[in-house]
Amino acid sequence: MSAATGPEPAGHLHINWTRCDGRGICTELLPSLLIRDDWGYPLAADPELAEKSRIPFGRASERDVADAVALCPRLALTVLRPR
Amino acid sequence: MDEALWAFGRASGAVSLALFTLSVVLGILVRSGRPLLVLPRFAVTLVHRNVALFALIFLGLHVGTLMLDPYAQLRLVDVVVPFLGAVKPFWQGLGTVALDLAAAVVATSLLRRRLGPGIFRAVHWLTYVLWPVALLHAVGNGTDGTSKWFLLLALAAAAAVGGAGLWRLSPRFLESARLRQEEAS
Ligand code: SF4
Repeated sequence: MSAATGPEPAGHLHINWTRCDGRGICTELLPSLLIRDDWGYPLAADPELAEKSRIPFGRASERDVADAVALCPRLALTVLRPR
Repeated sequence: MDEALWAFGRASGAVSLALFTLSVVLGILVRSGRPLLVLPRFAVTLVHRNVALFALIFLGLHVGTLMLDPYAQLRLVDVVVPFLGAVKPFWQGLGTVALDLAAAVVATSLLRRRLGPGIFRAVHWLTYVLWPVALLHAVGNGTDGTSKWFLLLALAAAAAVGGAGLWRLSPRFLESARLRQEEAS
């Protein structure tokens, strides 16, 4: 688990790569979770992360994650909650 | 009172058209994936959406006041079904077509998470029909539609949307286009 999210993430941000067009809205809203690669696509800020399309986030990021999910022009983002 | 309704009905139509014009240009900018001066990308999408919603409010006021207005003789059926109007049925009908298309575009935008990107995008493309139809309606139906000042404004609006449209079709339109093209070649 990354230091940024703490021991228990509030959820995971899932990126659908088939839909994502690298428009960079999520990387603007979630600079602590995502960085932008050279082609504009989002990349997990935590290089250690095993699953690149399933990014854990903490409570502090809830609102920004919700904004990114709502504003992604390609509807490529969803939130996965722990069961 | 009647004069006021008539004047407000016309003015709100013009304001709605101006706001729709701005929203179309902003929408094209959103599609490019670029920020606008100090506005980051996510803010551009929000302004695009909010300007469109304001345009819709003025469209509602435009249609609503003219339904109450005795000169316009607008009936409920004319709001939904085009070309049946009592006054200038063709030009009024274009307004009805634009209204119906706007309703479809807004409804699919609000429900886009449920409908998925395919339907959202297909219906959103109708904006490229909606906007010119609305402009023709304004010029053909408006009392001042063919006056010099209105035609100049209409021309400016057409230049803005046309220019944005040409930019949309240019190969360097997407922010990432250059990078991805270099990668591909
Ligand atoms: S906002 Fe959506 S389309 Fe844009 S980079 Fe993020 S996931 Fe991809």
